Amino acid sequence: MKKIDLSVSVGSLNFRNPVLLASGTVGYGNEMAEFLDLNKIGGIVTKSLSLKPRKGNPPQRIVETPSGMLNAIGLANVGVEEFVKEKIPFLEKFDVPLICNIAASTIEEYVECTKILTNEKAIKGFEINVSCPNVKEGGLQFGNDVSAVGKITEKVKAVSTKPVIIKLSPNVSYISDFAEVVKKEGGDAVSAINTLVGTAFNINTRKPKIFNVTGGLSGPAIKPVALAKVLEIKQKVDIPVIGIGGIMNWKDVVEFMIAGASAVQLGTLNFIDPSAGERIVKELEGYCIKFGIEKLSSVTGSYKI
Amino acid sequence: MVIVKAPLQQVIELENKIFLLKIFSPEIARTVKPGQFLNVLVTKAYYPLLRRPFSVCDVEEDYFYLMFNIFGEGTRLLSRMHPGDLIDVLGPLGNGFNLDEDYETAVIVAGGLGTGSLGFKGTVIELLKDKINLIKSSKVKIFGCGPTAMLKALKEFSIENNFNCEVSTESAMACGFGICQGCPMEGVNSPDKYLLVCKDGPVFNVKDIVL
Repeated sequence: MKKIDLSVSVGSLNFRNPVLLASGTVGYGNEMAEFLDLNKIGGIVTKSLSLKPRKGNPPQRIVETPSGMLNAIGLANVGVEEFVKEKIPFLEKFDVPLICNIAASTIEEYVECTKILTNEKAIKGFEINVSCPNVKEGGLQFGNDVSAVGKITEKVKAVSTKPVIIKLSPNVSYISDFAEVVKKEGGDAVSAINTLVGTAFNINTRKPKIFNVTGGLSGPAIKPVALAKVLEIKQKVDIPVIGIGGIMNWKDVVEFMIAGASAVQLGTLNFIDPSAGERIVKELEGYCIKFGIEKLSSVTGSYKI
Repeated sequence: MVIVKAPLQQVIELENKIFLLKIFSPEIARTVKPGQFLNVLVTKAYYPLLRRPFSVCDVEEDYFYLMFNIFGEGTRLLSRMHPGDLIDVLGPLGNGFNLDEDYETAVIVAGGLGTGSLGFKGTVIELLKDKINLIKSSKVKIFGCGPTAMLKALKEFSIENNFNCEVSTESAMACGFGICQGCPMEGVNSPDKYLLVCKDGPVFNVKDIVL
């Protein structure tokens, strides 16, 4: 029997399989390494990094909702400097592509972070978070402004020696308008989607269940929305898409690929089953064998509409 | 830290809506320390979606016990499981109580679930103040577990009387092992950074946290 080829490419980035672990759901890799072999998964996207460390929001930061969860962590992270000093040495021990997610309050901060990190050999590419719904400055202030997203793409590309992926917000009317501007300004790919803005109230106290009032909805509840956004981008813009949103098993991965995703990211699932990534890769191989698919990447955009 | 599918041995309803589960898992029962917790997936369906954190109330050779009050959908489903059902358990997680320190008298202060009637009217802190002369002459360490308001009062009491005191804290959390950052705890020595209940706790010395 022929060897099944699970490898995919996203622009000039090559992954041994399409299963990446999403930013904010893998920390900096060390906790996950206790549950799965990082060398078996497609890639890791780090927790969002900002120029200086961020404390994040006070409790309560998360609340469960039907088939999903709301989070408002507020980009708590160790900052670029500590990441380079303390976190990269651990991640370097593995043979797994490292995508660095960057969040910032100003365009200058995105540029500064990229400048520092682009010299790190271990980092294979950047994912620029222009769509965090849980911070006052930056985040959605950029994420639902087409010209701001264009400007960030242009400025980051100008200083990056690595491929640049822009992580898009679903909290917009037409996500393809944003993918279009990313492509125009030289961005290498987009990832879609970040979380959907949501909230929840305690009916006894009438207070919001999370400190930040609103949070980002993730989990299987958002999968249909994410699939529709991936499809919209695929149909309107010629740019590689990384699909994210409520993936719980290998079938969901296949569905995202059919809709147009070149690769995918597992998010909330990592909280529930941190070993899922490795298992899903194996199951995708089984899927290829069962359906006689020699190259998994041939599934991307194979929808019949 | 492992993920196991552990067979349920026995379901005991202690009183209305309070349950005790006896579960077989040598991996967990032989390694878990007092104060550590487990994150339990109660269903493969997507509601409830997240695991539920429980502290282990006892171990007996290869078995461990979970005690809980039916509070929501997760605990309701768990209470309806049957002997032989496999329970998906991730753990042991977090730091337990530090039992090896130098002390002569351990004072265990509990509030909420599992506290029996002590024949005393008032809060557990009032009881402690009432009985302080009984313990004051020896080297005391206090172990506390209960609602945050109780832990707050216990912290004040311990610091006033210069007692060493560890408490077990609770928080909503998604993962239980440090990646979701969902369970921040304000630390005394780290104003620029939150501690995490799951990884840095759930047991803290009261001197280290802002309750």
